[in-house]
Amino acid sequence: MRTTSVRRRTGAATFLSSSIVLALSACGGGGDDSSQEPAAIDTEADLSGQSIVVSNWADYMPENIGKLVKKETGATVKITNHATNEELVAKVTGSGGEGLDVIFGSQPFLQAFAEEGLLEPLDPQYLENWDQLDPEAQQLAEVDGQPYFAPYTWGTTGICYREDLVDEAPTSWNDLLQPEDQYKNKVTMMGTERWAVLPAQKALGYSVNTTDEQEMADVKELMIKAKPDLLAYDDTTFYERLISGEAVMVQAWDGWCNYGTAENPDIKFVVPEEGSDLWVDGMAVLKSSESKEAAYAFIDTILEARNHAWTAENILYIVPNDAALEQLPEGLLEQYDTLGARREEMLQGENMVDIGNAASMYNRIITEVTAS
Amino acid sequence: MSAEVTPVRGGRSRRLGRFIEPLVLLTPGFAFYAVLVAAPVLLVSSYAFATRGRFGGVEWTWDLSNFERALEPIYLEVLRSSVVLAGIATLVALLLGYPTAYAITKLPPRWRTVALVLVVVPFWTNFLIRMYAWIVLLNTQGVLNDALVATGLVEDRVSMLYTPAAVVVGFVYAYLPLMILPLYASLEKIDSELLEASANLGASRIRTLWSVMVPLTLPGIITGSILVFVPSLGNFVVPELLGGGKTVMVGNLIRDQFLKAQDWPFGSVLAMVVVVALVVLFTAQAWVTRRVEGEPRHG
Amino acid sequence: MLWLPLLLCGAFLYVPILVIVGMSFNDGGSAYSWDGFGFRWYGELAGNGRLRSAVATSLVVAAGATLLATVLGTLLAVGLARHTRSRLLEASAMAPAILPDLLLAIGLLAFFHAASISKSASTILLAHAAFGTAFVVAVVRARLAGMDVAQEEASRDLGAGAVATFLRVTLPSIAPAVVAGALLVFTLSLDEFVIAYFTAGPTTQTLPIAVYSMVRVGVTPEINALATVLVVVSVAVVVVAARAVRRTEKA
Repeated sequence: MRTTSVRRRTGAATFLSSSIVLALSACGGGGDDSSQEPAAIDTEADLSGQSIVVSNWADYMPENIGKLVKKETGATVKITNHATNEELVAKVTGSGGEGLDVIFGSQPFLQAFAEEGLLEPLDPQYLENWDQLDPEAQQLAEVDGQPYFAPYTWGTTGICYREDLVDEAPTSWNDLLQPEDQYKNKVTMMGTERWAVLPAQKALGYSVNTTDEQEMADVKELMIKAKPDLLAYDDTTFYERLISGEAVMVQAWDGWCNYGTAENPDIKFVVPEEGSDLWVDGMAVLKSSESKEAAYAFIDTILEARNHAWTAENILYIVPNDAALEQLPEGLLEQYDTLGARREEMLQGENMVDIGNAASMYNRIITEVTAS
Repeated sequence: MSAEVTPVRGGRSRRLGRFIEPLVLLTPGFAFYAVLVAAPVLLVSSYAFATRGRFGGVEWTWDLSNFERALEPIYLEVLRSSVVLAGIATLVALLLGYPTAYAITKLPPRWRTVALVLVVVPFWTNFLIRMYAWIVLLNTQGVLNDALVATGLVEDRVSMLYTPAAVVVGFVYAYLPLMILPLYASLEKIDSELLEASANLGASRIRTLWSVMVPLTLPGIITGSILVFVPSLGNFVVPELLGGGKTVMVGNLIRDQFLKAQDWPFGSVLAMVVVVALVVLFTAQAWVTRRVEGEPRHG
Repeated sequence: MLWLPLLLCGAFLYVPILVIVGMSFNDGGSAYSWDGFGFRWYGELAGNGRLRSAVATSLVVAAGATLLATVLGTLLAVGLARHTRSRLLEASAMAPAILPDLLLAIGLLAFFHAASISKSASTILLAHAAFGTAFVVAVVRARLAGMDVAQEEASRDLGAGAVATFLRVTLPSIAPAVVAGALLVFTLSLDEFVIAYFTAGPTTQTLPIAVYSMVRVGVTPEINALATVLVVVSVAVVVVAARAVRRTEKA
């Protein structure tokens, strides 16, 4: 009884809020919002007069990308950073997307934006390099059969650890959640978004997309139990803590664990036996953008094999682009086996998708765990 | 206070001017406040009765569900621990600041200014950098641990960062000057003959401190305490950076509702709770100050 | 006995700063552990375009906020001192200075959102001017309270208009307070983080916002160099300001 009434209310709330968001973006963006069809792009447009603002995680694409796009297409690119997906949400919703043209974000967040009508559906015919992308990744970029973002990187979440500082390599999420005495206060876990609950979800054998309230209550209980043994919650600097030796085991994404490995070869990555996620980060165009031609040109430039290869080579994440992967030097694939021999293993997790209204339940649980 | 303020008296020709002048002087400022202070504050206050919109913004449901949620034990606990942490920080700042302020009043006049400038300089240094300095100091691989291990005081590195104590240290460091300055102002006014008299009459040092100095400097103590307590209570940066996200204060909750969970109504309710707590505090302060300053002079 | 608290307090206040200053000359790649002397991070700092533009944004915001707050605050202070005895008006003119920053921050975020005003450096400027005005009122109002109105009356009795009297008599006599108020607003705005963080546009970065993301997203020793530069600047400003105040007091 109670749940249904709650559901109905939040359902109505979502409906109303979508209409408000739509109304707002209509004021700001100009353009037909009711359409799910991609807007027509003038492929002949002179891009030298267009300027776009791109929001991305810091150091998540080639530093000279602005110059490159300018040279190849004429469009001017201005870069801004967000530290987390949540920061991106705050940025986009704070202004209805106005002021931004292209955003880099993770699949669940981009899906939610798409469902709220904030994103421009992508038309692959305007992206010359779209066909190079892995078909599975292309499919993950769809909402209701319509692609909304261009897959940029993908991978999984696991445990990154210092081989020289632990007696035995971790194998289970419980090694983080209930560390042995000598590792207490030397482990970190992520503290926000979907990844905060992932270790507990997987340790309990649940889906990373579960919306079951009882399951999430168990997850919360396990997280509260784990909290006292943590050094800190860390979503952004965990690999630095491994390098400095402050932490010996951290929850990490495969690519950012490689950042640690780059500094110290004793830093290794393992996907726990209970399994993990398959996440996808992508590039999307905001509906409110007034420079969609330049936005497409920017995305297409990134997807070019040699530029996309730059991403894999420097960000050390797997890119869903075979043409790019072929260009990677042999030594790199050996040094970072998540990019090489273990690539398939990195892509076997459960795809993390938008969970709709259950997001507020997740947020609440995270709030309650950190507040406990 | 208002006795010195006399309205300008002018001749007949300026009657119109006398009406227009205050309008010209006061309207721009108050209109600016109306738009950029009053309207925003009223808006978030009314959000308290609304329901979360999925991507920020709100639905107007006009109910009390957010208040009910704020009264759940877990949030009351956050509020309680915020008050406790800010309170401890205030107390530590007072215990460190009082002797310092007193010592400064005993310096030769020229050195007093130098000492006061030295107290203020860190305060004008970027707040975030000052907090970052403590990350460098308290880190298990940091300078303090290096020193402790090198001197043999400890065998294993101690984790000092990411604890509630680190958060308290951060607050004290951030706001200590705001404690010292009002204390100094109060202490400077005390007639040193009064203290000598107390001593000559056989009062012990502690007795002199308690029954002469503390009452006389109470306004300074209260002002300083408020200046430390209030910004500590609503702070979210220090718990985040020095508490490692494990210590959550009410400021973090509010920030997270607005910038992460996108539950603006609940964030508004929490902010209202803090405001009510502060209003109570200010009222108490005004009452005490009036009693202390009012009685001896006019009574 | 007396030197003990001074020494303790001095150490507490200055050891962290000195450690940062020392570490800024670290030649190694870690922000925490020493690895030889060098100026490497000052070079990196000089080459950091993002930080440079953040400093520029901060300066523009602070200058604009100061200008707006000084004009509005001075008018308000004079109006309050000369034309009303209402304690309520007086209290409300200074209220934004004591309003918790987080409350003003969330209020402005909600307000700009509801009014469909896109956030940018200008919204930070307006927000800073709002609390800055209150500080100017406080400083100028205090000065006016101690002033004689006879001169103003004389000016008027001699036939000068209200505007002329304000410009030629009132303003010169409160000038030191106006300047002090302006300086206060400027420095407060430069260092203000919470309100700026909530009212910044998607691409706006003020210096405190840039430092915050540097500290959060990964600490490089570059930040030590930045801190050292900021400490030197603030010491210089405080010393100069203290001297100026002493000189005006003597005069």
